[in-house]
Amino acid sequence: MAPFPLALDALLTHPGANLLYLLIGFAFGYVLEIAGFGYAPKLAAQFYLKDLTVLKVMFSAIVVAMVLLFAATGLGLLDYNLVWVNPTYLWPGIVGGLIMGIGFIVGGLCPGTSLVALGTFKIDGLFYVLGALFGMLVFGETVDSFSIFWNSSYLGRLTLADVFGLDLGVVVVLVVLMALGMFAGAEVLERIFGKRDLRLEPKARFLGAGALLAGALVVLAIGQPTTEDRWAAIAPAKNAALAERQVQVQPGEVLHLMHQHELSLVLLDVRSESDYNLFHLMDAEGVDPRDLAARLPELRMAPANTVIVVMSNDEALATEAWKTMVAESVVNVYILEGGINGWLDTFAVGDERIRPAAAAGEDTLRYAFASALGEGYPASYPDPQRFAIPFEERVKLQLRRGPAGKGCG
Amino acid sequence: MTIAVPAGRGSSLWARLRPRSEPKPYAHPYLAGALLGLVLFAAFFLTGNGLGASGGLNRMIVYLEDLIVPEHVDRTPYLIHLAGGDRNPLDDWVVFVAVGAVLGGFVSGWRNGRLKVETGKGPRLSTRTRWLTAFAGGAIMGFGARFARGCTSGQALSGGATLSAGSWALMFAIFASAYALAYFVRRLWL
Repeated sequence: MAPFPLALDALLTHPGANLLYLLIGFAFGYVLEIAGFGYAPKLAAQFYLKDLTVLKVMFSAIVVAMVLLFAATGLGLLDYNLVWVNPTYLWPGIVGGLIMGIGFIVGGLCPGTSLVALGTFKIDGLFYVLGALFGMLVFGETVDSFSIFWNSSYLGRLTLADVFGLDLGVVVVLVVLMALGMFAGAEVLERIFGKRDLRLEPKARFLGAGALLAGALVVLAIGQPTTEDRWAAIAPAKNAALAERQVQVQPGEVLHLMHQHELSLVLLDVRSESDYNLFHLMDAEGVDPRDLAARLPELRMAPANTVIVVMSNDEALATEAWKTMVAESVVNVYILEGGINGWLDTFAVGDERIRPAAAAGEDTLRYAFASALGEGYPASYPDPQRFAIPFEERVKLQLRRGPAGKGCG
Repeated sequence: MTIAVPAGRGSSLWARLRPRSEPKPYAHPYLAGALLGLVLFAAFFLTGNGLGASGGLNRMIVYLEDLIVPEHVDRTPYLIHLAGGDRNPLDDWVVFVAVGAVLGGFVSGWRNGRLKVETGKGPRLSTRTRWLTAFAGGAIMGFGARFARGCTSGQALSGGATLSAGSWALMFAIFASAYALAYFVRRLWL
């Protein structure tokens, strides 16, 4: 399993993790300052085509980070699932961007660079930061009156690769090519509008461009791990856990979890729709295994007290779904031991409407139902007083690594 | 081999730490960009989070609000998720990144002789007017950054590198609107 990002709180304690963020911020501010981003006239020159430092710094940072990031994920060092990708709220994002552009050209700074301006004693930086705080106060006080628009056109975790239906590696190469084209264009503009002599520019920048493009091609060649690759990397350990039945929770424990209100229990039923309609556990969600991939980002971002139990009629289908989820970095996932059949063996005793029947094959129902009541049977939500059955505790909550799903919020 | 020591700077520790009298030139944009890319990558690699600034400022203003009018914060849906009940809005990674950025800017300014109490402005603008436009620009940017759920750092830079579709759309929106308006506010900068 990819060792990065690190489980910071567990590794460094919470204050230690905050110290690491402080150091990252320090490096961020330092680099912005040496780029000249603490000085508003330098930033504003970007928009009069005299000095395109903003574009050059921003896009070289984006492409360098992007190439390294996807090389690391491709090599299995970094888990892209655990990297925060800003969720797309298309129109609120575009409107917010248009507003920000006005603030940028009027104020000559952006929030990050205003912090650096402040740190280097620029008085306009101080006024800008105070203004930003005021603007945010106004936003916080008014957003609830336009929250419908603010939450609209939500597309979730959507990458450019998803939008264009291209391989991630291809997108990486295209973005690098686009950035190099923009740099060439920026230099032409600086020559014309800024009267800059390009012959004085360091030749090493061509080397840098070559290295960047080579890096992007390497990313394309390595490719990104598929769910199968991810499973293969963790299969030895996880197969052992399956064999030792560490991840199969017994019906008694699931009943117990149903009444543990400090936990958030997610029951995923991966059987066919007709089986689901005949009988399912109270609040279980029917999920077609083919649609599981679409549910993964949300399951990954579930709160830390979430326990997921996946179930099929026996265990085969549930185990497959479990493997997919575990390989795709979902934590705290378990399998219902014995499946729905085992559940009914335990909890359907005495219910005349649920009768044992011959199973039609592997992982099929061994019960016949008088009618398709879904979760209307008492066995869907058994009375814990009546069924005080012992069980072996298998659920051990584990903390997910990586961001807690807030981003820059 | 001798190491050249700039005139007026001794070799004592204090002399080395003392602010420079003459500012050093800025780093080459591509070099600074590559270094910024390394910082951004390191952030993602170690923590899973990118960089951010406006989120930290937002949490600071919400913290102040929560000190003054806690009941109001607990009744406003947007503010509840930042500071509702006993939630501390400052206990978040982005606050530490923002504070670190101020410190990093300060130390770089110090080491490179660029610490100077001054107002960065266009040549035709009075200092007072510049303070006003800085405040106004900051306010518009602050509002827009929260509207877009992140600014040039948290969205354009971080979302750009992770290939978030929304971040790319937003980044082009920022540049489009700034370029479209630049001519009309040229008195501020030219």
